[in-house]
Amino acid sequence: MSTSAESGRRSSVIIQMLSGTVGRYLSMLVIALLLFGIIILISGRNPITSYRELFGSTLGSWRGFSEVLVAMTPMVLTALAVALPARIGLINVGGEGQLYMGACAATWGALTFSAAPAWLLLPLMIVLGMLGGALWALIPGLLRAMGLVNETITTLLLNAVAPLLVAYFVFGFWHSPMDTNRTPNFVEAARLPTLADTRIDLGLLIGIFLLAAFWLFMRYTRWGLEMRAIGGNPEAAQRNGVPVKLYIVIVLCAGGAIAGLAGMAQVSGYYGVLLTGFSRGAGFLGFLISWLSFGNPVSILLTSFLVAVILTGGSMLQLTTALPYAVINILLAMALFVVLSGINIFPGRRTT
Amino acid sequence: MTALAILGVLSSALFSGASLLYATLGETINQRAGIVNLGLEGVLLISGATAVAVTSLTGNPYFGILAAVLAGGLTNIIMAFLVVTRKGNQLASGLALMFFGFGVSALIGRAFVGLRIDGLPRFALPGLANLPPRYSSLFQFDMLIYLAIPAAVFVWWLLFRTRWGLGVRAVGENADTAFAAGRNPNLVKYQALFAGGLLAGLGAAHLTIAYVLNWSEFMTGGRGFIAIALVIFSKWNPIRAIAGALLFSGAVAFQLLLQASGVEISPFLLDTLPYLLTILVLMLWGGSRKYAAPASLGRVYMGTE
Repeated sequence: MSTSAESGRRSSVIIQMLSGTVGRYLSMLVIALLLFGIIILISGRNPITSYRELFGSTLGSWRGFSEVLVAMTPMVLTALAVALPARIGLINVGGEGQLYMGACAATWGALTFSAAPAWLLLPLMIVLGMLGGALWALIPGLLRAMGLVNETITTLLLNAVAPLLVAYFVFGFWHSPMDTNRTPNFVEAARLPTLADTRIDLGLLIGIFLLAAFWLFMRYTRWGLEMRAIGGNPEAAQRNGVPVKLYIVIVLCAGGAIAGLAGMAQVSGYYGVLLTGFSRGAGFLGFLISWLSFGNPVSILLTSFLVAVILTGGSMLQLTTALPYAVINILLAMALFVVLSGINIFPGRRTT
Repeated sequence: MTALAILGVLSSALFSGASLLYATLGETINQRAGIVNLGLEGVLLISGATAVAVTSLTGNPYFGILAAVLAGGLTNIIMAFLVVTRKGNQLASGLALMFFGFGVSALIGRAFVGLRIDGLPRFALPGLANLPPRYSSLFQFDMLIYLAIPAAVFVWWLLFRTRWGLGVRAVGENADTAFAAGRNPNLVKYQALFAGGLLAGLGAAHLTIAYVLNWSEFMTGGRGFIAIALVIFSKWNPIRAIAGALLFSGAVAFQLLLQASGVEISPFLLDTLPYLLTILVLMLWGGSRKYAAPASLGRVYMGTE
């Protein structure tokens, strides 16, 4: 890790990091596609036509491309929810739970104030969603700041609790007359506006805005500087008068709030209804994406996009190869394995 | 509420508790060697699907068990390659393994969704065979349930009374010291992950071919994460894991009993108890040294130069 203060040196480091990143992504794609191609072959299909369909359906048309952007929205947010606390050395594995609690709180707002106009209801739901996620991160934050329990364990355990609470509210109080596992459809005023005739909602814009804000915040504000100090050496930061414990609680809650926002965007933008068990791993994907991107905002955007291409293309594979949708997780996992094992078949300039 | 109903509820708690216990024992071995395997959920899914597939194809549940156990061990070898050989991040590698399990199990199980299989035969213990039929049928368990507690004792013996177990714990506490003492930390971690995978496979096999008797996608429903909570809850000790697994699966039984006696508590809230209890227990220990996790849990061993 270069700590050089000269901006020239720093930008060349960034270029090196990006070229390393590109090499990693290319390796990831090539190896993963080869391995997954073997699986397609074994199940009696032609991998080349399957891949043509996968990429044609996602990158070949504006419609498909817009669906990729829709799929990457929650990932950008949950990845940021991990990247922010990671800057002060906190490991937030709880994005999934925080996302559920954000969705839960926002849904409460949508159902309770359904008569309110959109300009009032949507900001309210956003605030509620962020509060829901933040409260869910407050427990691990406090326990960590008090030195009682490591935040990795608590955020992980609370992941399992949040969907159960959502199920409790939906089955017990909020379910629609027809189904027991979903709320009634939200009123139009509780839906995030979408772009033209696509399903891309405001959540993506908020996510990109927050990524940029995160970068500026870490670089140009006093708090960003203090956070970098804590990340570098918490003890030294403490001795220099940085309130480390306060930072632990607030930053983890901020991470939770961003994941909560992802949940709000999912129910208000994508679904328009709260389904029990609606998220199957967006929070965990966020953790992986943030980790693979070293918390770098541009990399987060790129990685989310790639993961979204794979997952969106999966539904096309399901239609044409008659494989279950979940099988696409193999391609995703293989891509992740390649990056995690650090195999780079296109080595650029070495960064170390 | 009749005695019969109560016994029935307890009997089903034993069925769901056994698979949980095996998975917990496997994860205990992994974590004692310093590796958090968040991919356990994926391992369970792969083994469960394999168990159903092989049982259905061969008509013999014992082949199913064997295949599931092997599948579990092999899946964990992927984890070992990522975190030991390639020195990848443990949490991220585990989560990637979980997604791998989602996909592979869907692929293996797709031809068997909804198919009912002939499960593992159940039999009564000799002393209980003379009960009236309607009671004795509740006390008929399969082989894997009878073996669950001996397995926990065996894993305890393995970890705390054998040279191999000493090596595993030494590596989990401090790989450098273990290396200095003549152990090969990487080899030990591979072995621990493989052994843990075998046990997880046994748990998954019990779930699918002895308890539920069919396959559906994502059927483990978070058991992998319950097992990870249980490992912590039982302080990385296989014997305490017995009580933990019974307590956790007993919560379900308890809820049925409550409902039958007219007390209305949401099953969803009761299901949160294991996790909340684990957090509570962790809080009570605080930073106490005695109950601390293996010291190098989650750390990457970079080798000694």
